[in-house]
Amino acid sequence: MLFKGAMALAWKDLYTEWKTKQTISTMLIFAGLVVIVFSFAFDPMNTTVKAIIPGLIWVIIVFAGLLGLNRSFTSEGKNDTIHALIVAPLDPSSIYLGKFISNLVMILIVEIISIPFLFILFDFKFHANLLYFILTIFIGTFGFVSAGTFLAALSSNSRSSEMLLPIILFPISTPILIGAVQATKIQLISPDKFASAISWMQLITAYDLIIFVACFILYEYVQEV
Amino acid sequence: MIKIDNLIKRVGDKVILKGVSLNITKGETVGILGPNGAGKSTLLKVIATLLKPTSGEVTIDGLDLKKDPIKIKSKLGYLPHASLLYDHFTPYENLKFFSKVYYLDNVEERIHKLIDDVGLRLFTHEPVKSFSRGMVQRIAIARSIIHDPEILLLDEPHTGLDQQAIGILNNVVAKLQERDVTTLIVTHDFLQAAKVCDRIVIVRNGRIADDFLLEGQDINLLQKRYQSVVEGDSNAI
Ligand SMILES: Nc1ncnc2c1ncn2[C@@H]1O[C@H](COP(=O)(O)OP(=O)(O)OP(=O)(O)O)[C@@H](O)[C@H]1O
Ligand SMILES: [Mg+2]
Repeated sequence: MLFKGAMALAWKDLYTEWKTKQTISTMLIFAGLVVIVFSFAFDPMNTTVKAIIPGLIWVIIVFAGLLGLNRSFTSEGKNDTIHALIVAPLDPSSIYLGKFISNLVMILIVEIISIPFLFILFDFKFHANLLYFILTIFIGTFGFVSAGTFLAALSSNSRSSEMLLPIILFPISTPILIGAVQATKIQLISPDKFASAISWMQLITAYDLIIFVACFILYEYVQEV
Repeated sequence: MIKIDNLIKRVGDKVILKGVSLNITKGETVGILGPNGAGKSTLLKVIATLLKPTSGEVTIDGLDLKKDPIKIKSKLGYLPHASLLYDHFTPYENLKFFSKVYYLDNVEERIHKLIDDVGLRLFTHEPVKSFSRGMVQRIAIARSIIHDPEILLLDEPHTGLDQQAIGILNNVVAKLQERDVTTLIVTHDFLQAAKVCDRIVIVRNGRIADDFLLEGQDINLLQKRYQSVVEGDSNAI
């Protein structure tokens, strides 16, 4: 039941996005601009410039992600559709889960498009283990979206939600982001230190689980109107 | 069916409902009347599980609102001022989504019948954002009864509807009455209230000021009792 409701909601959000393409296009344009502006600012042919790539990847994920997260609950304010979800016999946790899934899918799409684009523009030769690289990006995104979805619901009750979300999300997602940037950097720049990338990834995974479970359980109290 | 005991709702330091007690039996159609700002919509929101009571008990069908919210929600249909519809979706897509949210199966036929019932068959696949206020309200009505609720909560359902749509709405309510559905209608429309309701509750200033049975669509009785309670009272709000 919990999952069925969540899937219905996630499907609704993604179908909306498919029809309007509003959020995803904003996110993609933002990601594209970041990549292009940085490729102007730094000479992509210069090898030392490669060092900024791990940071750039996470700049894109965080800021493009914020654009999507901000919309995910404020969009339910139109015609008070959030009330329709609250009066429906949906478990609050399945509303959280549904929103989490749709946000995660949207950010993953942006990543799948923008990260290869970044590599191409910076002429980056990818030598790392692809599987571990993808896993790093995924667990980092997972944690960021878990906390982000929860806090987006919290801040959507406020009038200045667009400003509030980054402010409250920053301290909570910092550990994930530090770990993710470190793990990405080690894999892309100094693959010989792979073992420490693994320990960063373990740290992120542990943090992810705690955040996700806490948000999943506590969501009920955020929904209070 | 609905039992409310000394319900108090406070928002900030403002007390909106100041001890409401109400007992509604199954199958009753209750009109809730009262001046603007009396607390009618707030009362409906509390029953609809949108607002948590500050204190007091609400039991629905023997279930406690605090302990069994999910079970209660599946019995409730709620139609507030806002349409609760997704603008870029068509009536069909909206109803399809909400049928999933209410965990209904085999809904195709039901969705098409509902859209027929509210007279929008030709617009089944047009996005709701292109609809007029009255058309939106018709789909909103369909949305609120998609799961065959046992209790229907309507907040000023007649506003914005043309005569035909009022007819449709009253038909919907009449059909539900046959099936013993409990209906609460907040309205300012005495004529419609007298037409469909068999009991009237007048709310004033966060309290129940009057509560009586209405027989034979007696609009005069309704007006007289409303006036005696509300009018000539300078601090009605
Ligand atoms: N979220 C809120 N915060 C503070 N006050 C509120 C809130 N919601 C409602 N009120 C106040 O509660 C009172 C009752 O509001 P309510 O909407 O229940 O009135 P109503 O009887 O439905 O009026 P109307 O006939 O205009 O629809 C009003 O004075 C209103 O200002
Ligand atoms: Mg009202």
